[in-house]
Amino acid sequence: MATVFQKPHALTDAALHYCPGCPHGIIHRLVAEAIDSLGIEGRTIGVAPVGCAVMAYDYFRCDMMEAAHGRAPASATGIKRCRPDCIVFTYQGDGDLASIGMAETVHAAARNENITVIFVNNAIYGMTGGQMAPTSLPGQVTQTSPYGRDVTHCGWPIRVCELLSTLEGPEYVARVAVNSVKNVKAAGKAIEKAFRNQVENKGFSLVEVVSACPTNWGMTPQKALEWVESDMIPYYPLGVYKDRTAAKEAEAK
Amino acid sequence: MAERVLMKGNEAIAEAAIRAGCRHYFGYPITPQTEIAAYMAKRMPKIGGVFLQAESEIASINMVYGAAAAGMRVMTSSSSPGISLKSEGLSYIAGSDVPAFVVNVQRGGPGLGGIQPSQSDYFQATKGGGHGDYRMIVLAPASVQEMASLTVKGFNLADKYRMTAMILADGTIGQMMEPISFEDVEVETYDKPWALTGTGMKREHNIVNSLYLKPDELERTNFQRYEKYRTVEESEALWEEYLMEDAEICVTAFGIAARVAKNAVAAARAEGIKAGLIRPITLWPFPKAALRRAADQVKAFVSVELNMGQMIEDIRLATECRRPVSLCNRTGGMIPSPDQVLSSIQAAAGCRDGRLSEGQMTSPAQKGGN
Repeated sequence: MATVFQKPHALTDAALHYCPGCPHGIIHRLVAEAIDSLGIEGRTIGVAPVGCAVMAYDYFRCDMMEAAHGRAPASATGIKRCRPDCIVFTYQGDGDLASIGMAETVHAAARNENITVIFVNNAIYGMTGGQMAPTSLPGQVTQTSPYGRDVTHCGWPIRVCELLSTLEGPEYVARVAVNSVKNVKAAGKAIEKAFRNQVENKGFSLVEVVSACPTNWGMTPQKALEWVESDMIPYYPLGVYKDRTAAKEAEAK
Repeated sequence: MAERVLMKGNEAIAEAAIRAGCRHYFGYPITPQTEIAAYMAKRMPKIGGVFLQAESEIASINMVYGAAAAGMRVMTSSSSPGISLKSEGLSYIAGSDVPAFVVNVQRGGPGLGGIQPSQSDYFQATKGGGHGDYRMIVLAPASVQEMASLTVKGFNLADKYRMTAMILADGTIGQMMEPISFEDVEVETYDKPWALTGTGMKREHNIVNSLYLKPDELERTNFQRYEKYRTVEESEALWEEYLMEDAEICVTAFGIAARVAKNAVAAARAEGIKAGLIRPITLWPFPKAALRRAADQVKAFVSVELNMGQMIEDIRLATECRRPVSLCNRTGGMIPSPDQVLSSIQAAAGCRDGRLSEGQMTSPAQKGGN
């Protein structure tokens, strides 16, 4: 009998700890598929964040490290500079990457550090129980914005892709989503590109994945995916924000 | 005889690190240790190494964490306020049992403090600094030669025990020049089967991690780590004794303070006071045995420190308060003169009942400074 579908090799057999309906499982799978398809598992080193994906080191079959909160791009830099032949990726949430780790994110991008960053934006701190994130939407109700995010009090959510794309440094910056089959397929392609860029020594590649948090949003998984479409994506438009190689090729034509 | 070269203390650390096999340096500028970064910035690209100026001390220690996890001899250097920022990373490095080499060329604190020499990070270095139960091997050079030799030793010990070795120097030794040689400590190498190298599809994945959500696992890990620390305490304490054979007054001092103290001990001897010096070279592990022995022999201790009295607590602990311990100190970048130390030795020697009253303690305020 022909095998038509199987778990990617780059994922271990460990059971994921994520909540029912959480898209982290999908995103893990997309990362693992990219690693499989490029045949790089044996030379890949992943860096897990602090946040819901803190135990990602148990789920990826490659060598893994668990970084301090927000510092994954710095630790990944340390690894990559020591082992340039290894493929180094970070997997980070919005609080980790865009709040406490913003300096590490911006500077790794500015240096065009040859690493791959998977940035999962679900507009909330999941692991700690649903506090306001740097990417929580205006008016969004969270544990620490119980009356809705008041932008006159705590500022506006940060659009990471737009911000990073103003830098000369990064090679590739793109925003995708995992709220529909079509978007999941496009997300998989972007993630694979972000890894291939590193294999080809092109430099810093970040894929922001607009995701959902049914548990802390207080929604059913189905409703959460609908909210991604109706509320998240309008504020965080999908697309490629920077692709240096593609831009150069377009210029050459 | 080994070739001798004239070098600044900070440069001696950098050159010794390279000779110890360190090819990766991540740092952030801060006075008074910047010569280390400057030296590395020049040398590393020429020997196939990496020098990277990070965006902050926090980023640089986490780069060290990554490189250490990848199995490399790696270092960072900073000065007091910068070490506070690195302390988060030092805790993670300890919790993950990876080896790192860190230099603190101390300046006065707290806060932004000053940029002149100090020893006021003794507590931070020997008692923690970061969160959680952990230790670092703390080496206190008192000469430019020791800046070099303790650097090589630090890298050896870090790899041997999979922990951080820290050089706790100060601005004086960092900036001064002395002739040194680089051949007195042998470079040791250790296998690192735990390191992140890529599995090569030939082994299970390695994980470098400090997270243990199950309390029994975290407890077990902490107990195991403290077994290792006990081995370090039993086998790696280093100290120097000077004129201690018949001493009745034991002066204790580390780093640059010990150089001043040594002169004062010699001056006291010239006056007929039987003074001696114990200079801890490792501040952790602390040379408790030497001090315990001294407590059986001497009448009193004088702790000479460039801080408000930090090592003095370890002297009292090691000697179980069996003898009076007085403090002779300056802070804020001030350094005691040999005369100030001599006065403290004289005061301790004049102590008839074996107990010093508060009034007999020496401080610059009471002595009117220097």
